[in-house]
Order: sequence, then structure tokens, then C-alpha cells
Amino acid sequence: MSASTLLLVVLGLGLAGWLVARSRAVMFRRAASNNRIASLPNFHGWYAAIWIAVPAILFTIIWSPIADALVTQSVLAHPAAADLPAFGIARESILSEAQAVADGSANTVFNPMARELVEPFREALGKYRVIGFVVALIIAAVGGAIAFLRLRPDFRARNKVERTVLFVLLLASLVAIVTTLGIVASLVFETIRFFGMVSPIDFLFGTHWAPNPMSNPDNPDPSRYGAIPLFWGTLFIGAIIAMIVAIPIGMMSAIYLNQYAPARMRTWLKPALEVLAGVPTVVYGYFAALTVAPAIRDMALAIGVSNPSSESALAAGVVMGVMIIPFVSSMADDSITAVPQAMADGSLAMGATQNETIKRVLVPAALPGIVAGVMLAISRAIGETMIVVMAASFAANLSANPLDAMTTVTVQIVALLTGEGSFDHPATLAAFALGFVLFMVTLGLNFIALRVVKRFREAYE
Amino acid sequence: MSETLVPPAPAPLSAEEVPLGEPKMRARDVSVYYGEKQAINSVSIDVHTEHVSAFIGPSGCGKSTFLRALNRMNDTIPSARVQGQIELDGEDIYASGMDVVQLRARVGMVFQKPNPFPKSIYDNIAYGPRIHGIAEGKNELDAIVERSLIRAGLWEEVKDRLTDSGTALSGGQQQRLCIARAIAVDPEVILMDEPCSALDPIATAKIEELIDELRGSYAIVIVTHSMQQAARVSQRTAFFHLGTLVEYGSTSDIFTNPREVRTKDYITGRYG
Ligand SMILES: Nc1ncnc2c1ncn2[C@@H]1O[C@H](COP(=O)(O)OP(=O)(O)OP(=O)(O)O)[C@@H](O)[C@H]1O
Ligand SMILES: [Mg+2]
Repeated sequence: MSASTLLLVVLGLGLAGWLVARSRAVMFRRAASNNRIASLPNFHGWYAAIWIAVPAILFTIIWSPIADALVTQSVLAHPAAADLPAFGIARESILSEAQAVADGSANTVFNPMARELVEPFREALGKYRVIGFVVALIIAAVGGAIAFLRLRPDFRARNKVERTVLFVLLLASLVAIVTTLGIVASLVFETIRFFGMVSPIDFLFGTHWAPNPMSNPDNPDPSRYGAIPLFWGTLFIGAIIAMIVAIPIGMMSAIYLNQYAPARMRTWLKPALEVLAGVPTVVYGYFAALTVAPAIRDMALAIGVSNPSSESALAAGVVMGVMIIPFVSSMADDSITAVPQAMADGSLAMGATQNETIKRVLVPAALPGIVAGVMLAISRAIGETMIVVMAASFAANLSANPLDAMTTVTVQIVALLTGEGSFDHPATLAAFALGFVLFMVTLGLNFIALRVVKRFREAYE
Repeated sequence: MSETLVPPAPAPLSAEEVPLGEPKMRARDVSVYYGEKQAINSVSIDVHTEHVSAFIGPSGCGKSTFLRALNRMNDTIPSARVQGQIELDGEDIYASGMDVVQLRARVGMVFQKPNPFPKSIYDNIAYGPRIHGIAEGKNELDAIVERSLIRAGLWEEVKDRLTDSGTALSGGQQQRLCIARAIAVDPEVILMDEPCSALDPIATAKIEELIDELRGSYAIVIVTHSMQQAARVSQRTAFFHLGTLVEYGSTSDIFTNPREVRTKDYITGRYG
């Protein structure tokens, strides 16, 4: 009689309740003068099933940790537990060994002391399981009774069931938010720990980045935790090089699609562009590391640059820009479409050509939306990890030469978390601080961009 | 059935009749199709300088469609197709050698809903002169902007805030801004598609006054649903019905002595 059996039994009861309530409701309906009752039989069925199963399942979920605590308590009260080591790993392992044998997940014990405890464990487990089972059944029965007492032709089960559905939907939408908050909380927590070891000033404004995971964790050298080279590399690759590629190409393709492409061309070109957005970033990463980076190095050599890096910022940035093109293009396309046709008509009726109309009226009118799209694109580019991990460097250089090797925040997060430092080491915790800064920046960008888009939409509605 | 016609408005403002002379625009047997559907069937009409021609008729009869054929704005609708001949000063505007850009600079248009560009008032007016390279230098452009705003009766209201956005003006001001924008390129014909339908009576009165003033220098065509407006501002009125031109003549004739019973029914409000 494990928890899963209990779950099955409760669900079975729920099903039975569903069937019974439903057939009773069907009978009501037959008896009713005009063949109509307040709610369809199915809703009565669901109402009963919810009352039977949901409280009982909730109880089971709550009960299982309580039962564990009660079992341990009663085992410790047993005389055989008196000689257990007072605290520590030894005590815990003996207890868990005995428990494993008692509930059948292990066959034998190694520690003789544990053997003594198997029997008490078995007894206590059995006892509390029976209690849990009985209580769950009682709850199910009470729930069922409540539901069946309300089962009348004029009972509006439909509304009640819909309210439950609403609650479930609300719960589902909260999951993502709560998870995000949890992630942020853990990020903040680890970041604060890191800033306890290295001051935020050194971290945010230092220009030398070389954390050593093998150093003494209690006495980190703050001068090795200056993140400016990472911020610069991220900005240079994600916000400058990538955007130099993505903005003009994305804009031009959007203008072509929106204004010039014949309808038939548009129907296949637009999805084709959107497919680009679905290419896994690791594939772009390969492309950057194996094709673009060597090509750029060879080109640099050909024009006489001495000793160009094979992991240039340029390669990572260009490929990232290509990745972002569909994104920029689709945002720009939407913004241009949102400009009322009357604007274009007004311009054309003045004798402007289509090109002049686009340049002087449509794009300026769509500019807020386009800017917002670019900001979203930047926030995406600076958070992008796979391309830069594969194509950018791990070396933190502060340089304005796109042919130099540079690293980004995300690359360093990966490097620090997969490095050999222990989890408490400042070099590892620095990854959380980096993640936190990145999170704040992208959050800010997204927030501003969404507000701009909203204002822009309102302007034309 | 009463036989007396009730003219919905007093006689046109301008008592003095201007001789018609050579037509500015001449349409002959014009038919317009949207795909397979015919919206205008063989319409012939002349438009004269120093005259306001009003197009009236029930909704969907093709007034806007015909108006847009006059400056080839129908070109922007892929399914639209125009047959027949339309001439501007004797020149076929649908001829292959015709420059649409030049045509639209000569035949300006004001739309039903004011559509100022989301730019400053100044830039709205300067838009046309700039793209057509009309002004030489800033001073000349300033002069054009001022002159156009004065002619549109908007100068006094906006002269201190030319850098404000055109979209920040009231509806009536926006519509006058659009008229100023249209006359800034010095067109010969101005087409107006229900220019007052989004405006209150006071703004409407201002626009009507403006139209009457502008008449002296342009050929003006105005589409309207208001009989009173047609009677007030126009010298010539065309009644459209189901894609055909039923009757075209001097406004006073149309309103007091229509030849066609359909016209009479429409202007007396008996038309459904
Ligand atoms: N873009 C278009 N595509 C297809 N049909 C159209 C289009 N524009 C107008 N039509 C059709 O052409 C006919 C004439 O329309 P038009 O807009 O010229 O009428 P109108 O006289 O201006 O009406 P209203 O007084 O309501 O403005 C209508 O039947 C309309 O449905
Ligand atoms: Mg119309």
C-alpha cells in the first residue's frame, strides 16, 4: 500500500463518483418536464469527481512528509535506537539503511546496528500508511457526500466546475512566474555571497579578469575579478558587431517583404526567414567556429594583419547578427504594417515615389517599434551563449579591434561553472554575479522595449 | 407625392458664374474594375479650373473610386483596373509615358480622415516641396510653408508652434494642415474625398470657406454626402448612382431642376 496505490484508489473513487453523479443527473434530466436541468450531466459528474479526488490527493501530498517525520520519531523512541551515534553522517546513514530495507527498496543492511531498527521501521511505516490511507478515504467519502448532497436538478454544477477550471488555469500561469522569481532569488542570494568576498566596485569597474579557481577561497584577490573586459566583449560582439549585421539586413528584408514583394513571394519568403529563427544556436556555433572564424582569419592575413586570432570577436558577432536577422526583420515588418495605410496614401498622393514614402514616412513612423525590436534583439544577443562559447574566446581582452579574441559574460559563466573550482569558491560564485548583471540588463532592455512598443501601438489606435 | 422640390440649402454662395472655358480634366468613357467587379461604368465628365465640382451619390456608388482614378491613386490597389481615357490639359494621364509622380504633384488629394504625417507641422508642409525640389534653400521653403498655411487659414493658429507634431492638432486643424500640404506643391487640381466627414460643424464651415477661397486658383473636386455642402460650395454637381454618372450640370440646376427622377429622389432624400 504505497502512495501510488493510494493515488490510484482515490482516482478510481473519483471516476466512480463521476459515473454515478452523471447517471443520476441523466435521470434528473429524464424526469424534468422540458428535458432540461441547470447543468449538463457531465458537469455534475465532474463536480463529484473533483470533490472526491482533489481534497484526498491534497491530503496525501501533505501527509507524506508528516508521516515520514512521525515514522522517524517513533523509531527513535524504540529501545534499539538508544545506542545510535548522537549526530552526524553515521547516524543518518544507519537510519536510512534501515528504512530502505523496511520499505523494500533494499535487501540487506551492512551496518549491524541498522538491522535492529528494520523491524521498528517496518511497524511504524505500516502504521502510518494505514492511518494515511484511512484518512484519505474518509476525506474522499466526505467530499463525495458533500457533492452528492448537492446533486439536484437545479444545482448549477457547471458554474462551480468552471470556477475550478479557472483556478487550475491561474495555477498554471503562476508556475512560470514563481519559477522565475525562484531563479532570481537564488541568483540574488549567490550574488550577495560573492559580493561578500569581492566588493561590487572591484567587480563592476575592474579591468582585469582572471579568476583562479585554485586559489585560497577565503582570501580572493579582488584585482582578478574586474568584469569590464567581459561587459565590453559582450557589448562589442552582441550589441555592436551583431547589430551592424542584423539591423541593415533585417530592415531591408522587412521593407522588401512589406512593400515590394509580390504576395506569392511573401508567402514563402516570410516563413523561410522565420525558419532561420528556429535553427538551434549550436548549429550557428559550428558555423561560426568552423567556417566563419577561419575565413575571417585568412582574410585578415591576406590584407596583411599580423597574427590575427582564430577566435575573433568579428566571427562570433557576425554569426550572431545573422541569427538575429529574422528577429529584427519580423519586428520591423510588424511595425511598418502597423503604420496606417492613410500615411502611405497621403505621401503617394503628394507625388512621392514608393521609395520616398518608405524612407520619409513609413520608416520614421514605424521607428519607435523598430527601435524597440532592436532593443529586444540586443537583449537576445547579449544573453546568447552557444555561439560565443563555440566561436568566441575565453581570453578576456579589452580591445576595440574586432579581429582580436574577446570573451563575453555568458562564455565566462559557462567557464566558471564548468571549471574545477568548488561551489563555494569566489571564482564559481562570480558566475552568479555575472548572471545577475546580465539578467538585470536584459530585463531593463526588455522592459523599456515593451513599453515603447505599447506607446507606439496606442499612437495608432 | 409632393411635387415641390425642397432644396436642402440656400443657393450656392457664389452668385457670379464663371465661364467654363477649356476643361482642366476630361474623362471619357471611364470604367473602373476591382478584379472582376465593375465599380465605375463608362463615366464621362469634365472638370474646370475656378470651379468646384461636387460628386454626390449613395454610398458605394463609386465616387471615391472615380476620384482616385483622376490622380491614379487606384494604381496602389493591385486589383484595380481603369479603362477609357482621362486627360489633364489634353494629355492622357494613363498613357505609358505619363509620370505618375508628376501627375500627382499636379493633381493633389485630400482624404476623408485627416492624415498628417507624424512629423512637425513645418515638415508636413515642406514634405512635397522637398521631394519635388520646388524650394531653393531654406528661405524659400519657409516662404512656401508660410504661404500654404496662410492660404489654408491655419497660419495664425500654428505660427508659434511649427515644430510641434502635426498629429497634435485638432481634427479640423489637421484637415486644414492636409489641405495646406496639398497646395504647397502648387497643384492644378485638388481632389477632396469627404474632407469634412470627420469634422464638427464649425471646422466644417472653416473648410468650406477655405474651399471657396481656393476655387479661384484651382480646379477642385469634392466628394460629399451632404447635400447642403454640395449646394454651398460647388458650382457644378455630378450625381453618381450604381457606378454610372446619372447627371452632371450646374449645381443650381441639379438642385432646383434636375432632369433625372433618380437625381430628384436622391437630393430630396426620398432615395432609400
Ligand atoms: N479596394 C477595393 N477592392 C474591391 N472593391 C472595392 C475597393 N474599393 C471599393 N470597392 C467597391 O467599389 C464600389 C465603389 O466603392 P467606392 O468606395 O468608390 O464608393 P463611394 O461612392 O466612395 O462610397 P462611400 O460614399 O461610402 O465612400 C463599392 O461597391 C466597393 O465595394
Ligand atoms: Mg468614398
